[in-house]
Amino acid sequence: MSAVASAPRLAGRRAAKESSLTRSFGVTGLLLLSAFYFVVPIWWLIVASIKPAGTQFAGSGLWADGFGLFDNIARVFAVNDGIFGRWMLNSVFYAGTAAVVGTVFSAMAGYALAKYAFRGRGFIFGVVLAAVLIPKVMFTLPLFLMFNQIGLLNNPLAVLLPSIVSPFGVYLARVFAAQSVPDELIEAGRLDGAGEFRIFGSVSMRIMSPALVTIFLFQFVDVWNNYLLPVMVLNDSKLQPVVVGLVAWSGSNGQVPGGTVIVGAFLSIIPLAIAFLSLQRFWRAGLTAGAVK
Amino acid sequence: MSISTAPPTTASVGASPVTGPDPEAAAARAPRIRRRFAGLRIPLLFLAPFLLLFLAMYVLPILFAIGQSLFTLTRSGLGLTAPTLTFDPLANYARVFADTEFIASLGRVVLFGAVQVPVMLGLALVLALLLDSRSARGKSFFRLASFLPFAVPGVVAALMWSFLYSPVSSPINNFLNDSFGFTIPFFSDGFALWSVANIVTWTWTGYNMLIIYSALQTIPGETLEAAKLDGASAWRTAWSVKIPMVRPALILTTVFSIIGSAQLYNEPRVLQPVSGGSITSTFTPLMAAQAQVGAQNYPYAAAQSVVLALLVGVLSYGFFRLTNRGEK
Repeated sequence: MSAVASAPRLAGRRAAKESSLTRSFGVTGLLLLSAFYFVVPIWWLIVASIKPAGTQFAGSGLWADGFGLFDNIARVFAVNDGIFGRWMLNSVFYAGTAAVVGTVFSAMAGYALAKYAFRGRGFIFGVVLAAVLIPKVMFTLPLFLMFNQIGLLNNPLAVLLPSIVSPFGVYLARVFAAQSVPDELIEAGRLDGAGEFRIFGSVSMRIMSPALVTIFLFQFVDVWNNYLLPVMVLNDSKLQPVVVGLVAWSGSNGQVPGGTVIVGAFLSIIPLAIAFLSLQRFWRAGLTAGAVK
Repeated sequence: MSISTAPPTTASVGASPVTGPDPEAAAARAPRIRRRFAGLRIPLLFLAPFLLLFLAMYVLPILFAIGQSLFTLTRSGLGLTAPTLTFDPLANYARVFADTEFIASLGRVVLFGAVQVPVMLGLALVLALLLDSRSARGKSFFRLASFLPFAVPGVVAALMWSFLYSPVSSPINNFLNDSFGFTIPFFSDGFALWSVANIVTWTWTGYNMLIIYSALQTIPGETLEAAKLDGASAWRTAWSVKIPMVRPALILTTVFSIIGSAQLYNEPRVLQPVSGGSITSTFTPLMAAQAQVGAQNYPYAAAQSVVLALLVGVLSYGFFRLTNRGEK
């Protein structure tokens, strides 16, 4: 059979080489087209932020005629005595605190689910999975109603407490703990007379640390990007995170000029862009773990 | 609780070897029981911080909303006295299903999901296959480029697109008008939903592509080599080998995308003030429920949220069961 098949294949190979070159162009061309779609809006945002104030909407938007970035930034920080800086700090505070505390809680819970056999384990993990599948947003309006009743509105805790809970983080921690922490190591720690929490803190956490970075990042971005919760539970603009502030600016009917909103939007994504680009491999780890069932 | 009951139990079992008919089995049972109680205490301590907050921030609010939805708010005609709450368990739910705006918003989201999810995932699959093919050059660049939109917060992405769509200064329409002499009515009544869909597609295609791409990478080299030896073309390999093998990833991204459609909120909410009325305050179910909160119609807003959470929960659970059965 192979003899019959190999003759046309040898003849076809030369043709294949030529067509592989055109195919390579075709494939790369299509990929370039998609990259254009993904990148151009962000490129436009960067260019608009660099353009001198007042010219944000002039020209093609693909190239800046002049440099006004620093002047633009100064304008963003001039609105309402620098409320924008306050918003950025609020975002860092909410996302940072919730992600640090949440990562520790998720790591503990995921570790327990992966490494201890106990009654009710399957049930708890089932509940966690169900919570992963039902988006957080669905709980936001009920949260508002509850906070309204107990008088927790306009309090940073109203954003922080719900943000700490991350079922997806528990799920990831369980997957990572099951993969990376060997049972023998825990057993060895026990034989050395270390308590369970000591083993977790000084052995397991250390082994899980790359995974913990991934969990931290996912949660940080999740909290940073959350709009509905803070806009519902915080009235005082001094307490609000940057995404809520920016939307308020954009809906202000021109009280804050469009050009300033654009530059603010650009500034607000810089911290996340840095986190994404510098920690790409941790992102991929989280994505693949999410996809493996 | 279990701590206090553990010692007597173990003690009584531990005493049984003397009297019991099978001392060896009883001796083996003793540590097992002790372990069962000790074995519950430690994991529960590990789980406690997460579980307590989970109960307080997920379960309790839903129960609270269910409770609140069973009452109706009656305001006196002149609004001089405080509104009174009356227990009327079905009134709000009857109102939800008779609320044409809420039903319309549900229909809109279903239409959105039926079109946007297949388009986005089709695009993600094609891009993942292209990126996975031998002929692709500059893979890491393209991977990064497609992932970039995901790094932009959904609300900020919507803000950015609101300027790109702007009826007065849209750079897209300026370009189209200069080069081809036509413009796109991004905020016309019929088109606004698809303007929203474009933003969602822009944000999530790269993310889904990466999930499918990671799954493609796990296909064993021998399988692809075998397909090649059988003379399968790149197209044939993609269709008959690669796509079936990444089915779990495709199912996963589909489920998450459908759930994502049900909670559509950020993008239409940001576009609403600049849409000139085509995006109403009840454009999606979540926006409709939020509008009721804004009107201080708390019991009715609670009923809408409960209905929504229930719909999404049933949807997720249904898909979860369906896909699990499909894999076995």
